[in-house]
Amino acid sequence: MSEATNFFSKAGVSAEVAARFADLHPPLEKTAAVTEALRCLYCFDAPCMGACPTHIDVPKFIKKIASGNLEGSARTILDANILGASCSRACPVQVLCEGACVMHRYNKQPIEIGRLQRFAMDALHASGDPLPFTPGADTGKRVALIGGGPASLACAAELRRRGVRAEIFDARPLPGGLNTYGIAEYKLPLAESLREIDMLAELGVEFHFEMVVGVEKLAELEASYDAVFLGMGLGAIHKLGVAGEELEGVTNALDFIAGYKSGTLKNVPSRVAVIGAGNTAIDAANAAVRLGAKEVHMVYRRGSQEMSAFAFEYEHARKEGVRFLWHVTPVKVVGEKKVEALELARLESTEDGSLVPKADQHVLLEVDLVVLAIGQGTHAEFVSAAAGADAGKIRLERGRIVIDRETGQTSNPKFFAGGDCTNGGREVVDAVADGKRAGIGIAVWLGGAILHPTHRDEAAMNGAPGGLAGSGAQDANT
Amino acid sequence: MGHPAVLPVQEHKMPTLETTFAGIKCLNPFWLASAPPTNCGEQIMRAFDAGWGGAVWKTIGEQVTNVSSRYSSIDWNGQKMMGFNNIELISDRPPEVNLREMAEVKRRYPKHVVIASLMVESKREVWHEMVQRAEDAGVDGLELNFGCPHGMSERGMGSAVGQVPEYCQQITGWVKEKALTPVIVKLTPNISDIRMAARAAKRGGADALSAINTINSITGIDLDTLEPRPNVDGKSSHGGYCGPAVKPIALNMVQQVMSDPLAALPMSGIGGIGSWQDAAEFMLLGAGTVQVCTAAMHFGYRIVEDMGDGLLAWMRRKGYETIEDFRGLSLPNMREWKNLNLNFRVVAEIHADRCIGCQLCYTACWDGAHQCIHLDRVDGGMEQPVLGTDPRYAQHEANPHGKPTPAMVFAQSVKTIATTPIPKLDLDGEGSNSAVTPLHRIPRVDVDECVGCNLCSLVCPVPECITMERVETGLPAETWAERVANAESVKA
Repeated sequence: MSEATNFFSKAGVSAEVAARFADLHPPLEKTAAVTEALRCLYCFDAPCMGACPTHIDVPKFIKKIASGNLEGSARTILDANILGASCSRACPVQVLCEGACVMHRYNKQPIEIGRLQRFAMDALHASGDPLPFTPGADTGKRVALIGGGPASLACAAELRRRGVRAEIFDARPLPGGLNTYGIAEYKLPLAESLREIDMLAELGVEFHFEMVVGVEKLAELEASYDAVFLGMGLGAIHKLGVAGEELEGVTNALDFIAGYKSGTLKNVPSRVAVIGAGNTAIDAANAAVRLGAKEVHMVYRRGSQEMSAFAFEYEHARKEGVRFLWHVTPVKVVGEKKVEALELARLESTEDGSLVPKADQHVLLEVDLVVLAIGQGTHAEFVSAAAGADAGKIRLERGRIVIDRETGQTSNPKFFAGGDCTNGGREVVDAVADGKRAGIGIAVWLGGAILHPTHRDEAAMNGAPGGLAGSGAQDANT
Repeated sequence: MGHPAVLPVQEHKMPTLETTFAGIKCLNPFWLASAPPTNCGEQIMRAFDAGWGGAVWKTIGEQVTNVSSRYSSIDWNGQKMMGFNNIELISDRPPEVNLREMAEVKRRYPKHVVIASLMVESKREVWHEMVQRAEDAGVDGLELNFGCPHGMSERGMGSAVGQVPEYCQQITGWVKEKALTPVIVKLTPNISDIRMAARAAKRGGADALSAINTINSITGIDLDTLEPRPNVDGKSSHGGYCGPAVKPIALNMVQQVMSDPLAALPMSGIGGIGSWQDAAEFMLLGAGTVQVCTAAMHFGYRIVEDMGDGLLAWMRRKGYETIEDFRGLSLPNMREWKNLNLNFRVVAEIHADRCIGCQLCYTACWDGAHQCIHLDRVDGGMEQPVLGTDPRYAQHEANPHGKPTPAMVFAQSVKTIATTPIPKLDLDGEGSNSAVTPLHRIPRVDVDECVGCNLCSLVCPVPECITMERVETGLPAETWAERVANAESVKA
């Protein structure tokens, strides 16, 4: 059932897209990486590590870059975050590790942690070596993981390291979820996401593609697997709910981004409007610019102060040439067969904070393409229906699966969950952290699985051939 | 109609770098040491143009053949050449060429100091002849190279002489029989007590000393080929170590010699000098001139400009007019350990307003010192009363208050669940307000436990964030020597 590996080769990399979406943060050259690594103060219990949802030991991997131990550097990263390569490119480091860097308080530039992490991961990929971990001795246990995004991938890696079989079921033809299809190509190219997943496949993670899991299938999986991990993310992007929305030329940001990344969408018309002002909206607007649109507007009902995109994303979009229309809302998509314009109403804030359209102030924005980016809905409701009667239902809140944060376990003990379907939509690294905790949680729940997988270097420092001290004490702590 | 008041020109005594060393008049105290920067006349004249006051010519003697390669170094944390090593021998040019160029340099730069460094086989008449030839060239003084630790020492010269006080005295004596100019003996640090060689030189009649020569060293090994550096056809030989790394060793040796009445002579300080501060430190321990090599090899002759400029500015600030005004002033502040005040006490103070929360002081204190820095400002640590105990006498137990160890702190952090802050919603992410150091990351010193070792203040990356503050012990000054003496008199 499981597909052969080497997803990387299946990435249809278009030279034109690659040229238009060159790295926003180019890789560090070796001397620059070492120089930057040497700037790190090597904080104890470092704030960057604390800020990282996966708690990568940042000073540790940076010191290894400085010492020339790139193999160990990559292993330090991967031990905490199996998608360390993706995260090094996709993370909003300004509000995570780099935001927490003590250098901010020292009148200095924070350490370029993201780029250093990428340097270490690129070095591993260039070496052609596999992941520095081996699957644990087979426990005979099997876990089904719904959705092939970062949460499931991270969960599967933890399971494999503990000798548990991990089978991922995904609706798309390629693994990775939004990591593959949803991140701006100038941050994380589709092919790079696949390269990382190839390494997971080598660890024995199995994949079932173009498999939409519904009520029945979930019940079947529940019956035949020892545990189920729910990592199916969020659902479709919300509709506007205005006339003309069904016209040709109205799309949503996820399809738009996935389209250009996978090569099915190659160019855009000259006038594009993106509705919404979150990070996904920014990615879509920037992509429209890079794909050749002459005029890209972002349309948002509130002001720049209220937008949900990170401040640095807003700045980036401005530099790309995106224009912003604040305090307006679409009331109608105008067009015969295709979109011709958006009719926008000016909005006024009332005292209670709600927004009221000014009936007399409508503007017409001529556009050829409308991209909706006003948030994703949830699509987890079916799981509560599918859970076996004897095990109890899976509790949801506002469409999100409720979990125990430390173990990822849902109210139905056989089901674990993590990522966007539990947190309402955060970053890749948050999904990885969820998946990692759940992977460990599942192994503990299944019992018998080893809790602390050692890798060869850890074993060696303890006296074993080829391995590190400290792991003995670590085991004692767990 | 009165005359406009004319302010008289203020007669400020501006400091001067002019000095006299063992009778040799110097435009300034900055000399290039005998080494590659003083290989030939062309170089030395350019060095004088750049501002050097003197040059000790690369050692002349019987012509040698050098190997290729010759130098290696140690970089540290991205800084090149923290320590430098060479296996180059004395001058590989014919002595007559060097002597001819010396005469030419002296003719063109009569006010600049040219010292001939000499090394010949240990025969009286050979030394006499070389002294004669050098002085005939018009040099201002002679430096006897009793220090070179590689190559030449295998031939019974250089440090092979400097390491044996009797040889040192004897050859100095031979030279003094002949020399008309001041004789400087250059000392090797590759000896258990440098004062022995210095005393021997003084007994032999030396007019001055210079210290230190280079230190025996192997700088490193190529981990691919397993060949040490510098690589000569796959092999290497121990070399002479110098550069910034050796300055503390050199300062100690200069102080040892200068504090010893049987050894002290005019001293030309050498060893890791590259800045005016370095020069001032050697002078405060008694050096009258300083010699520079590695820094000039690294950055060129131009470094002398700031050495002079900076030293003059410091002299102005301190009110010194000449080098003699401050030379040796720190010598009385160096003494044997047994004469230090045991009842003087400092404790570390962390200035929270400067702390950036790196916690290097915390981990250093726990693993490398006395376990008296804690991360408990938010857990009542600040309310802990200071009893005023001195842990050097009162307590000998590690972590008496049962504070969390670094491993416990780290384990707690790894368990904490963190998420990416969403703009406008989450204001509490670690990365969201990095301008202010969170209180829980600012370490606290347990004053009653702090032994005043300085380590935290040394590792702290922020200037003046951790200061060592004097604590009154209420006890009169007492040294170990006094304590032992008092105890004996009580017994008696």
